[in-house]
Amino acid sequence: MTYQFDFAALLPYWHEFLQGALLTLQLSAIATVLGFILGTLCAIGRADGPRWVRFLVATYVEVIRNTPLLVQVFIVYFGIATLGFHVGADMAAVIALVVNVGAYTSEIVRAGLESVHKSQLEAADCLGLSRTQIYWHVVLRPAIERVYPALTSQYVLLMLASSITSQISAEELTAVANRIQSDTFRSFETYIVVGVIYLALSFIVRIGLWLFGLVVFVRRRKLGTAL
Amino acid sequence: MPTFSAVHLEFIAFAALWTIGLSAIAFVGGGIVGFAVALARISHIRALRYAAIVYIQVVQGTPLLILLFLIYFGIAIVGFNEVPAIIAAGIGLTIYSSGFLAEIWRGCIESVPKTQWEAAECLALTPWQRMTRVILPQALRIATAPTVGFLVQIVKNTSLASVVGFVELAQAGKLINNSIFEPFTVFMVVAAFYFAICFPLSTWSRSLERKLNVGRR
Repeated sequence: MTYQFDFAALLPYWHEFLQGALLTLQLSAIATVLGFILGTLCAIGRADGPRWVRFLVATYVEVIRNTPLLVQVFIVYFGIATLGFHVGADMAAVIALVVNVGAYTSEIVRAGLESVHKSQLEAADCLGLSRTQIYWHVVLRPAIERVYPALTSQYVLLMLASSITSQISAEELTAVANRIQSDTFRSFETYIVVGVIYLALSFIVRIGLWLFGLVVFVRRRKLGTAL
Repeated sequence: MPTFSAVHLEFIAFAALWTIGLSAIAFVGGGIVGFAVALARISHIRALRYAAIVYIQVVQGTPLLILLFLIYFGIAIVGFNEVPAIIAAGIGLTIYSSGFLAEIWRGCIESVPKTQWEAAECLALTPWQRMTRVILPQALRIATAPTVGFLVQIVKNTSLASVVGFVELAQAGKLINNSIFEPFTVFMVVAAFYFAICFPLSTWSRSLERKLNVGRR
């Protein structure tokens, strides 16, 4: 083994690595927020919607969860183009990621909704809460609070999976790496650096979501216990 | 301009076999390595335990795509030229699945009640006997559902092997699309093949889970 490692060749590119990392974070943040909204709506629809909505959501969730993200990205990117609309790679990446993570979120939130005990609903009813109040305070918020750890891991996985969108040349971290390695011929070093950046990003996302949970779920912070 | 035809369908169906083959390699390889890592993760030797934690964190904290690139270029550095794509893809997916299976199985092993461990020790079983006769048979029951569920993830992630030039379903779709440019049809067919492989596994995993939970309901 006579390979000479040369990380110095990558130094001039630090700015592009940073740019790529920021774009990855941005992409994942948008996909996380929109995917969470989509997934929660789907979970509500599947739990309490009319029959056709339940069927529709179930189909959506099963189809997305049983096909690879890579193929979904291709279908969105090329498929929309053949329908006559022009979308950029970044936009297609966001759409594919939102559709993908929405299905996973829906399953997680549904588990949370199902875990709300019937006696809680009856108690809320006895206290004279309105239907919307019951849904918001007794069903939805505690449900999401309970499954928050699972959602956190799902969104870390989403951040890592966003690397797949480099295959349609969305300009995130992996795409940046692909370009830099073909500029410098330092492929191995480039991917080691990018691997370390992803590792750091996954810690950042995890800690960020944990802090966010502390801020949002006041009850858990004050009582120091889960529900 | 040729259109999508039976020849293309045959090509895709053949590629689906490679997807299944690669998944099998990843599952068997990942299972062996992952089991060793899971045991290391609960070992009494501190260094071994920490090594396993670091391994799991690194594998779970980096994208599979980057792992595959590293192996692809790393193999060339170690001095092998012309390594078949299936080896590079197989190694990458083995490492990936071992990192996740180790954590799943650790959870299953540790969820066997502590009294079982203590009882085995009281009966003067050796650590080996305790593991193979008492703990693992019980852990296995808990582990089947999540393991089958993870199998779905493995099948889906073999689609990334296309980046190291392995012709499986996704790559077959790309190749056909390059020649006839009907992306929507081609990738819909590819997606249907993946669905046909993954959906039965998902359903099976769910039914296993339900059976396991019968006692608790």
